[in-house]
Amino acid sequence: MSQDVDLPAASTVEPVKVEPAADGLRAEAPLAERRAESIWSELLADIPGLLGAVFLAALVIVALFAPWIAPHDPAAQNIILRLRPPVWMDGGSWAHILGTDHLGRDVLSRILHGSRISLLVGLGTVALAGGFGVLIGLIAGYAGGRTDAFIVAVVDIQIAFPGLLLALMILAVVGPSTMTVIVVLALNGWMVYTRITRSIVLGLRHTAYVEAAEMVGCRPGRVLWRHLLPNLASPLLTLATLEFARIVLAEAALSFLGLGVQPPATSWGLDVAQGKDYMFRAWWLVTFPGIAIALTVLAINLVASWSRVTSDPLEREKRFARRIIGSPGLRARMLAKGPS
Amino acid sequence: MSRFVVHRLWQGVIVVFCVVVVVFVLTRLIGDPVRVMLPLEATADQRALFEAQLGLDRPIWEQFLVFVGDAVALDFGDSLWQRRPAMEIIAERLPATLILTFSAIGLAVVVAVPLGILAALKPEGLFDRVVVLVSLIGLSVPQFWLGLLFIVLFAVQLGWLPTSGRGGVEHVILPALTLAIPAMTRIIMVVRSTMMDELNRQYVKTLRAKGLLEWQVVGVHALRNAAVPVLTLCGWELIRALSGYTVVVETVFAWPGLGLTAIQAIERQDLILLQAIVFVTAIIVVAVNLILDIVYKAIDPRIELKAA
Amino acid sequence: MTTTLPPAPTTLAAPPASEAEAPLLSVEGLTVDFYTRRGLVHAVRGVSFSLGKGAALGLVGESGCGKSVTSQAIMGLIHLPGEITGGDISWKGRSLLGPAAAAYRRQVCGGEIAIVFQDPMTSLDPLFSIGRQIGEVLVRHKGMEPAKARVRALELLDLVRINAPERRFRQLPHALSGGMRQRALIAMALASEPELLIADEPTTALDVTVQAQILDLLIDLRQRLGLAVLMITHDLGVVARLCQQVAVMYAGTVVERDRADAVLLRPAHPYARGLLRSTPALETRLDRLLTIDGQPPDLRRPPQGCAFLPRCARGTDSCRTRPPLGPKPGGTGGRVACWHPVTEPETVPAAASPAGGSAAVRPDPLVAVEGLTVHFPAGRDGLFGPRRVVQAVDGVSFTVRAGETLGLVGESGSGKTTTGRAILRRAPITRGDVRYRGQSITTLTGEPLRRLRRDMQLIFQDPYASLNPRMTVFDIVAEPLIVHGLAPDRRALRDQVVDLLALVGLPADAVTRHPHAFSGGQRQRIGIARALTLEPAFIVADEPVSALDVSIRAQVVNLMQDLQARLGLTYLFIAHDLAVVRHIADRVAIMYAGQIVELGDRDRVYADPRHPYTETLLAAVPPVDPRAEIRPTRPGEVPSPLAPPPGCRFASRCPLVTEQCRAAPPSLSPRADGHLLACWHR
Repeated sequence: MSQDVDLPAASTVEPVKVEPAADGLRAEAPLAERRAESIWSELLADIPGLLGAVFLAALVIVALFAPWIAPHDPAAQNIILRLRPPVWMDGGSWAHILGTDHLGRDVLSRILHGSRISLLVGLGTVALAGGFGVLIGLIAGYAGGRTDAFIVAVVDIQIAFPGLLLALMILAVVGPSTMTVIVVLALNGWMVYTRITRSIVLGLRHTAYVEAAEMVGCRPGRVLWRHLLPNLASPLLTLATLEFARIVLAEAALSFLGLGVQPPATSWGLDVAQGKDYMFRAWWLVTFPGIAIALTVLAINLVASWSRVTSDPLEREKRFARRIIGSPGLRARMLAKGPS
Repeated sequence: MSRFVVHRLWQGVIVVFCVVVVVFVLTRLIGDPVRVMLPLEATADQRALFEAQLGLDRPIWEQFLVFVGDAVALDFGDSLWQRRPAMEIIAERLPATLILTFSAIGLAVVVAVPLGILAALKPEGLFDRVVVLVSLIGLSVPQFWLGLLFIVLFAVQLGWLPTSGRGGVEHVILPALTLAIPAMTRIIMVVRSTMMDELNRQYVKTLRAKGLLEWQVVGVHALRNAAVPVLTLCGWELIRALSGYTVVVETVFAWPGLGLTAIQAIERQDLILLQAIVFVTAIIVVAVNLILDIVYKAIDPRIELKAA
Repeated sequence: MTTTLPPAPTTLAAPPASEAEAPLLSVEGLTVDFYTRRGLVHAVRGVSFSLGKGAALGLVGESGCGKSVTSQAIMGLIHLPGEITGGDISWKGRSLLGPAAAAYRRQVCGGEIAIVFQDPMTSLDPLFSIGRQIGEVLVRHKGMEPAKARVRALELLDLVRINAPERRFRQLPHALSGGMRQRALIAMALASEPELLIADEPTTALDVTVQAQILDLLIDLRQRLGLAVLMITHDLGVVARLCQQVAVMYAGTVVERDRADAVLLRPAHPYARGLLRSTPALETRLDRLLTIDGQPPDLRRPPQGCAFLPRCARGTDSCRTRPPLGPKPGGTGGRVACWHPVTEPETVPAAASPAGGSAAVRPDPLVAVEGLTVHFPAGRDGLFGPRRVVQAVDGVSFTVRAGETLGLVGESGSGKTTTGRAILRRAPITRGDVRYRGQSITTLTGEPLRRLRRDMQLIFQDPYASLNPRMTVFDIVAEPLIVHGLAPDRRALRDQVVDLLALVGLPADAVTRHPHAFSGGQRQRIGIARALTLEPAFIVADEPVSALDVSIRAQVVNLMQDLQARLGLTYLFIAHDLAVVRHIADRVAIMYAGQIVELGDRDRVYADPRHPYTETLLAAVPPVDPRAEIRPTRPGEVPSPLAPPPGCRFASRCPLVTEQCRAAPPSLSPRADGHLLACWHR
């Protein structure tokens, strides 16, 4: 097991990994091009990740063009047509494919519009918490000393806070709104970014190439920008994706509790809360928004787990090895190619 | 050891103090307690009386000292909603939350740890793939929706369990299960990846080269090495649940614990009860954190080095 | 000087005679492939050898030659993505491969064959006591009761000369030093009373004096227990010290197999000869190291013919078919895989030209270090305990003359790297003064310190970690000019970078590539080019070749010497490898536990070491020449930098120690001929 990747060179003094150097320089495509190409092939090879990415892309389009795609105004009430079932049930009609709610509003249109809130809150929170958290983490990791100690203490204290209750308290005091939800969730979530950024920066600060950059006379700004930040990109992207999924769930939960997005705005969590009272008469009111949340979060999680594997070369190598283990055909094909 | 405890205790005191400061700033400086708590049609006289009652007419630093004093004495005054001491209400409601939390996290750990280990034994095998996929789905379903689903399925359709409220053991099952599932999926993923990492370590190669049997390598050595990160996560899940994440489940199942009380306090604009809940929760979180730190240290003696 | 082979002593010639009976271990045509994302890596391509009872075989080769993979194949440790795709491994005449042999394999591997791995720091389970980890082997393979196992484990700890076995038995691995851990791992391997011990680079991660102790231990164990040893190593000195038989591996195949003295004195394969030639010797000094040009082949596309052909001066058309491992000329009974084996005796150029050294040394000091002291805080002893301090460097003084190379030699923990960093103002200076061209630079900060980078540069140890993987070679080499505002327009800058690359022997088309497209030696050249960009006068080279393979190492050392001659550079050459330092340095400073114990002319120090530590260090290097006399090694390890002894720091290991040494530290003072020494008794 342990020799997954390191074995061909396990005997070495020199940390050569799998690739023993070829004669002279290897022929290679420009890096950017090759990287893009390999990311696509990786994504195509990971079916769940691909499905997740396609779903998310579709969701973004829906969110952007919801007013044009949605068959109805999500807030338009029609008491005569209230609690209509979906089209495939008795009493359903093509006018309201997923039925209507207790005020006669079109469930499908509300779900399409609800995607906007989920994505808005998700993106807003991730941008706010991520931006702030990464900045603080960079400062802590790079400045070190007292600054670092202080930031670590603040992060530790806040992580030990009863976060959700404080968030509820803020919402109770300030009053709920989409903006408050974003700020409160960001206040609750920036520490993760700080921790990861700081630990990576601390690790990298002592790597030889960062020392080399300082040694040739790079100023701190250039070291941060050229040498540290590029290496942070992929772990932070993975983290941000995971956080995005968490935030979508949190927004739904807050809205469900009545402390998040307020009517007349639409939110999937809010729809479930409103449909809850009609749960036994009109199951579709709770079911469809719930499925929308679950699918969105699942899609994000699938993309996150794909990106985690893809951004880690060791992980990619392991995954390839496992695929080989699982497939005698693949193994035979590689062996058959033989030495060229 | 005692130094370690003192150090951690000191950290805990700082956390609680910070919570007090934040609550004070929130309720007195950002929010206007009078506006929040009194009905809109209250007269100026009523407002003045209310302010005097709460001591809001005094200078801010004096208010703060009084506030800290009250917090130390665990006396937050009477709940506006129930017209009796907030601590009394909390004492009534706290056991329900503790029962729910501990049974849910206990359930999650008992189910998740073996599943995670089994999945790690054959990465990307059939069992592993199923476990990972189910975990991902479990992680993605919103908790309140899952709760409603369980109510419809087990309480209404099958009629096996009560829909809501508190009573015998049968009342705990659905809320605990709902609370447990996200924690369970997170623990499975971490146990799985930690075990996979451990099995890739050089020392495992030595163990195999020694000719040890596979169960000894996995069950004795790798498991012990994976124990600290896994326990850390389990502890973290416990803390997370205790620190207010039961709110959703308690609301869905009308489970009369602190979370539901907090929501009711918010609905009734009862800031006094709410701040008491926040404060008590902070103390519980700090205490559990302290106990867990001591447990980790007992398991891995090297932790002392990190603490120093 | 030509060497003639002495008649083989009969004691060493045992294996061929005993081959009549079934050998203990026999490997026949072993092939191992690895499935990687970049393609199938043919790590081992038809390796055959056998090993008799009590024999000692050295499997020698550079990185990626397949020697470790071979050892793991024997131990049954090849799992996917690696796979044994051909050949056979048999133990006492019975095959160890295949599902049918599973039970036999379980009995043999870890029982009758045991292995010791390279890295003692990660090879032990960190959470189980040493005693428990030895004990479980006894329980598993010897069926012992835990109580009996405990007694036996203590005996084993004693056998591998671990002091205070009772205490060590209970300790966790992190409480032990690297040398101790390796002893514990050897004890663990011996627990099952194996007949064959595979040692996979067992001393590579250790300091040279500790390595000597471990080698002594292995030799002693072999004699006492009649153990057969398969020694996997890249170090020819280790082979010469321990093995009677040698198999040299290259690109996944055995290219030469013979008696150790025959291979080391009269190698027949051009690669084996090249390897020997490029290994700098401790005893002699050449003006220029001999090298093997080029790089090993890509094992995803191994050549059809002789794998060494592209690097071989003797190659002909017949080399396009793969040579079999046939009889070796010379009547030693050895085998060689070469169509044109070397038959002429090895000629070694006459020993050191006594003049030696760089011609352009000027007497004026370029860098002067006085009383340099670097202490790092090491956290507190508990929460309220006293602050502890790591005394990394303690009162070091020396000068580096313009145009010379000063070698700074020491083992891990000697403070040599910290000294180099402090001179460059990269480590905090606690006390003392560093002067550059007569100006103190100890307190420079900000812009003046940044300007200093144009005069003093650093070459790093690890060619993999020291280049930013996301930058092109152009960006890496041009960065110093850009950040100092010295960059001309883009075109001129490119020309300048191309010139620099040409200077270090890299082609112009390297500029657009990323570091990962280069091998270790090439990356080190890029690192050197970066250090030269600002045209510094003084370069600290921190173990610049220790991460490189022998044949590549010689290329880089030669490059550094050429550059010094052309550009008039001054080097502070930090290394633990005494042979390399002897080759490149004009003067040598020996460091021990944060202090310089001896400083003098290179030839003086090597020919006539005065300090007992220098003697210990030199005696510890195993000579490649099997005829060289074996010098006794000394026990002991470096004291903790947290609490160094008050007197002489070497006192705990010194044969000359007296009360005076324990009471007061000797200062570094000049002897009659200008040789500097810190010893009360010499």
